[in-house]
Formats: sequence, C-alpha cells, structure tokens
Amino acid sequence: MIVYGVALLSFCMLLGTYAGNLLGGLLGLEANVGGVGIAMLLLILLSNLSSKKFRLNAVSESGIYFWSAMYIPIVVAMAAKQNVLAALSSGWLAVVAGALAVAVSFAAIPLISRLGVDDNTDSETQ
Amino acid sequence: MMDDSMWVELLVDKGLVAAFLFVGLITWLSYWLSKHVTRGYVHGSAIAIAIGLGLAYLGGLYTGGNKGLADIAMFSGLAVLGGSMLRDFAIIATAYGADLTAIKKAGWVGALSVVIGVVLSFVVGALVAYAFGYRDAVAITTIGAGAATYIVGPVTGTALGASSEVIALSIAAGLVKSILVMICTPWVANSIGLNNPQSAMVYGGLMGTTSGVAGGLAATDPKLVPYGAMTATFYTGVGCLLAPSLLFLIVRTVIG
Repeated sequence: MIVYGVALLSFCMLLGTYAGNLLGGLLGLEANVGGVGIAMLLLILLSNLSSKKFRLNAVSESGIYFWSAMYIPIVVAMAAKQNVLAALSSGWLAVVAGALAVAVSFAAIPLISRLGVDDNTDSETQ
Repeated sequence: MMDDSMWVELLVDKGLVAAFLFVGLITWLSYWLSKHVTRGYVHGSAIAIAIGLGLAYLGGLYTGGNKGLADIAMFSGLAVLGGSMLRDFAIIATAYGADLTAIKKAGWVGALSVVIGVVLSFVVGALVAYAFGYRDAVAITTIGAGAATYIVGPVTGTALGASSEVIALSIAAGLVKSILVMICTPWVANSIGLNNPQSAMVYGGLMGTTSGVAGGLAATDPKLVPYGAMTATFYTGVGCLLAPSLLFLIVRTVIG
C-alpha cells in the first residue's frame, strides 16, 4: 500500500521534529535543532534494517519516492515565495554581507572536504 | 461562462492544486529553455529556480508583501506548496536509500563544517557591518548573525535588543545569502569539488541556509540533496546557540 510509505515518512518527520524541539529546549533555545536531519537519519536507519518484517514492498516505497521526486517542484514553489525584493532593496550592506559570506563559505568547501578524506578512501568516495 | 474574477476565485479556493499546475508549467518552460536555448548547458531545474526567484521579485514589487509571488491571491497556493512543512517532508523523503556508510564516514567533518560555517559567515557579516560604520556590539553581532541565516539574525537581534532597522538588515543579509547559494551553486560546483556525498555534507554545513542548500543542490545534482540537507538542518540551531552568547561576548571584547 502506497500509504504505508507515506505514513512511515510522516512518522519520521514528526518524531524528528519532536526530537529537534527537545534538543533545542535542552540547549535553552526556542528553536528546532536538527529536526529534519534527525528525521532523515531515522528514515535511513529504518530503510537499512535488514529485518524481513520491516521491509517495505515496492508499492509502499513508491509513496516515499513520489515525495522525493516532488522535491524539485517544491523548491521551485519555495523560490517563488522568497522575499527577493527585500533582499535586493535593503541597501549595500545586506548585499555585500550576504555575498561575501557565500564567497568565503564556497572557498572553504574544498579545504574542509579534504580534512575528512583519508588517503586510502579518497578514490572510493568519487 | 466564467469571467476573470471567477477564475481568480477558483485559483484561490483550490490554491495548492493551482500551484501544482503553475509549477508544472514553469518546469516545462524551463526544461524547454534548457534544451533549446542553452543547449543543455544550464540545467532545467536551475532555470526553474531562477524563474521562481524572478517572479518572486515581481510579486514583491506588485504587492509590497513579503512572500514574493505568493502574495498575489491567485498564486497564494505557492506558499503552501513551497512552505516549510512540505519542503521538509520532501527533503526527508530524499534520504530514503541514501548511503549510510557515506554519512558515517563524513559524519564528523559534517559536524565540524556546521560550526566552522556559522563562525565564518558571522565573522564576514560582522566585518562588513564594521566597515559600513557600525560600532556597537549588538548591531555588529546581529548583522553577523544575519549573514549566517535569516533566522539566526532576528533571533540574535531580539535576544540582544537590537533596533528593528538592524534586525531588518540582518534578515536581508540572510536572504541575499540564501538566494545567491541557490543561483551560484551549480556554477561553482565543479571548481569546489561538489560531486560526492562527503563534499555535499560539508557544503550543507558551511552554507547552512536550508532553502539555499535545497535549491542549490536541486539545480546541481539531486542525488546529493540528502547529504547536504542533513547537515544544513543543524546550522540554524548552532547559529542561534553561538551568536547571542559566545560570539556576542567575543565581539563585545574586541570592540571594547
């Protein structure tokens, strides 16, 4: 049943968001810390369980793949509802600060990626 | 016969469904442009996201609101389809089938990159604020936090009691960052080695803006989405933790 996949996805999101709120509370923040990331890990762990009882069949999986494929259309809708006008009309300080932050962060990616690659795993990860 | 206002009413009433159609049309147009105008050089998703941002700008001009095109009644369903609930739902779905060993291997670098990313963006934002003449620690910290994400900025500004003008600037800095990440990622992906799960995790951690990372990776390589999104989701929390506390104290010490 397709709905099993969708329901599993919902379960992961709700539990992850709850855990993220809990984590935020523990840190004294009124913010969700990593809720989406926790939900993703949960979904990956559940989908990697080898237990035969917990295996989704292909039809159920398609309920998850549908939402995975809707990701780009959703991102397009998200782009269309951004406050682009405010971003561009608040003056140079905001534009310069945002642009430099992006430039510096991009520049740091190759440096930090290299940190994590052991010499012997370098070729595997490509 | 339906007249115009009845069509608008229908599109408002069935907003989410109308948004499916609208995004479908943008996507079709974008892939057509990608194939026939850019000869495949610019990916269809990248064009679709750019069109979305362009329309959001026009929507802002037209309505004066803060939700881009979604402030125009007949496009209001875009706010539902592109809102954080469905966005997060779809992001989580992309994790299905992701490679657990790749995540384990890059886990600690990913975590490290979140902290480095927050501090890097904060320092850049704070320096720019200083260069533009700000001399009080609260304003500099708030603008630095905004350069992290447009959520960290106002959270920090509110906690420290910054003026609404400074908070608005911090949000704008975060918005600029998020939009630039969406647009620039596919262009720089090759030169920064953004082509494997590990660098995608570092990318998500360094950039941090969930919408920027979501859009940037969608336009670069959708297979990398789960890895980048996973680390990016911790960024705002870490930013809200560090900016009003440790980073503020450092700024106050430096400014004197």
